[in-house]
Amino acid sequence: MASVAEMETLNLAREDLPPPRGRALTARVKPFLGTPMNAVITLACLWLMYRLLTAAWGWLVTRAVLEGGPQACKAGSGACWPFLAAKLRFMIFGFYPYDEHWRPALAVALFLGAMIVSMIPRFWSRRLLWLWLAVPVICGALMYGGVFGLPVVSTTNWGGLPLSFMLSSVGLAFGFPLGVVLALARSSKLPAIQVIAIIFIEVVRGVPLVSILFMASVMLPLFMPDGITVDKLLRAQTAIIIFAGAYIAETVRGGLQAVPKGQHEAAAALGLGYWLSMRKIILPQALKIVIPPLVNIFIGFFQDTTLVTIIGLLDFLDTVRASLRDPNWQGIAVMEGYVFAALVYALFSYGMGSYSRFLERRLKTDHDRSPAH
Amino acid sequence: MASSASSPVRLLYDVRVRAVLYQVVAVAFVVGVGLYLFGNVSRKLAEQNIATGFAYLSRPAGFVISQSFISYDSSDTYARALLVGIFNTIWVSIFAVTLSTLLGLLVGIARLSRNPLLAFLALIYVEALRNVPLLLYLFLWYALIVAVFPPVREAWQPLPEVFLSNGGLIVPSLRWSPAHTGVLVAVILGIVLGFFTASMLRRRRVASGQSETAWPLILVALLGPPLLAILLLQPDLVVNWPEKGRFRITGGVQVTPEFTALLVGLGLSASAGIAEVVRAGILSVGRGQWEAARAVGLRDRLTMRLVVLPQALRVIVPPLTSSYLSTFKNSSLAIAIGYPDLVMVSNTTMNQTGQAIEGIAIFMLVYLSMSITISLFMNWYNARVALVER
Repeated sequence: MASVAEMETLNLAREDLPPPRGRALTARVKPFLGTPMNAVITLACLWLMYRLLTAAWGWLVTRAVLEGGPQACKAGSGACWPFLAAKLRFMIFGFYPYDEHWRPALAVALFLGAMIVSMIPRFWSRRLLWLWLAVPVICGALMYGGVFGLPVVSTTNWGGLPLSFMLSSVGLAFGFPLGVVLALARSSKLPAIQVIAIIFIEVVRGVPLVSILFMASVMLPLFMPDGITVDKLLRAQTAIIIFAGAYIAETVRGGLQAVPKGQHEAAAALGLGYWLSMRKIILPQALKIVIPPLVNIFIGFFQDTTLVTIIGLLDFLDTVRASLRDPNWQGIAVMEGYVFAALVYALFSYGMGSYSRFLERRLKTDHDRSPAH
Repeated sequence: MASSASSPVRLLYDVRVRAVLYQVVAVAFVVGVGLYLFGNVSRKLAEQNIATGFAYLSRPAGFVISQSFISYDSSDTYARALLVGIFNTIWVSIFAVTLSTLLGLLVGIARLSRNPLLAFLALIYVEALRNVPLLLYLFLWYALIVAVFPPVREAWQPLPEVFLSNGGLIVPSLRWSPAHTGVLVAVILGIVLGFFTASMLRRRRVASGQSETAWPLILVALLGPPLLAILLLQPDLVVNWPEKGRFRITGGVQVTPEFTALLVGLGLSASAGIAEVVRAGILSVGRGQWEAARAVGLRDRLTMRLVVLPQALRVIVPPLTSSYLSTFKNSSLAIAIGYPDLVMVSNTTMNQTGQAIEGIAIFMLVYLSMSITISLFMNWYNARVALVER
């Protein structure tokens, strides 16, 4: 009787055989033209791709307006590149003082750099925690000023891409601990604590983000004692943290449920109490499972920060829209602005999405032998 | 002496005592924070002389709503205006969910196509929609609609009495009367009756094992009530023809550009998520199931309907539920492009009356209760399709 290992090698050997030679071309063409229906689909797809590509190429390149002002763009029918050139800095930085643009630029560079470093498995260690304690402080100091002789820039002037990054990453940074606590509370055996967590999570998840933003912007000032004012940015940030906490809680709870019961029992058998067994045994396993979905949640937050436009904050989407409404350019470069914004969002989201898929493969340590379909 | 001093301490190490203690502390904390915030709010409201309560709901609203499915004009009450907003939210959500399900199903199956080109195009569709914020798409579709279609004065007329402009699509409508409502109810009754007849006949067929023609009975159940209602109620057919004025078109039924942009934006964005859900669902059904079905002699279409789809649905329904829920909640982005949904009407109300807390409380409550209703319904459906284990 052949051993399992031998059978596997046999299987592999059979699958790795090259296809018969004479039929290589037919095999390659078959998926495209195998049946009449398939041939029609192929032709339709080719036609659609041809139309899309020529339209995009014509708009972006051949018919594009490369020089001149609003008048030239109005006359032409292609993409208006001068609009992007004229408005690029405003779209990225908003009303941040022009001469100080290097500060948000440096802050964003630091933030993205720290993010890229922590995405590489080789750098995964406890020291990253220190990095992530330092980076937000440095970024905040750069943006706000008041230290090292940097002039103070009030948060009402913050805007554009740095604001979008800030709202989503701070939302995640504070939402994550909140989410873990809520998840632990919801899966707790103590009924009162469980009920409190369930009510919080379900209420926040049951209403749209817009309503939480509204509530934060209208109610938060009323909640505060006299003499304490909460600025608009902080209100929006609070709303996003609450929102993030509820969604992260459900993801983490999924991870907690995926940890086998035997792990709880083994921890109890060793005499570990609730907190120790959570900290040393359960959470490390649960959190590892939920890292890829957390990255996806982060992509969602990054896109959801666009909603702060509705309560009057100048995020990236809103600076783009403000550029479109500029009296000089009004009604001329609408498509250009939106396409540019869409590309920026898509680039970031797609990059993070690919990273999430990479993590999923990398963190898969359950030695799953079942063959993929 | 020593034992009496240590007994409260020892009590603290009792698991049951601790459990009670933790819960008491948690509840006290939540209640304390709640009371503190409530105290602050009521003191500030008293200082600013803002009256609380829902009395304002019965005052006349005084603002116009561009689209409503129940009769409304600006002299109606705030409560009526909010009701119009709720109906608008539900209306656009129903259409968007339908659109996204159909598109998602098609694209999800296209992703699995054996034709690489089709699968590739479907992938591009999904990625393009998933990686760009919904709000941006809403603005983009709205801007495109306004830019592509002519102003009202030069409205296109693809058919006589049908006007297409950047003010929306306007078609002739029936002048609605209670008789029409009666017929509509009868149509719904007919559909429900037809459905029940069909399922009853199917059960009998399965039980008896004999094939019998079912369609005449189903047809009678389907068409009986509406025909009866038309004969009894005699609804009159008065058509509301649209009339073109200098600046706007009056009469008829209007599909506003705001509605269209919101519908397209919500529908397309959700369809990308649903496509992935459908794809994962079909992939989750093992190849052995296809092969076994073929071995039994089922053809492809029957295999799909009787073997693969029932199993795929178990995987599909739970994430589909959350997709529907988020479509419904995302309809609140309507406020950004000016579609008068619940949030936008509430916002106008809050700005006019200053009753912010009440306004927010109302729309949060409405969303919450509707979210719970949707998830209860989908849970019921999920329990029906779920695997029944011994």
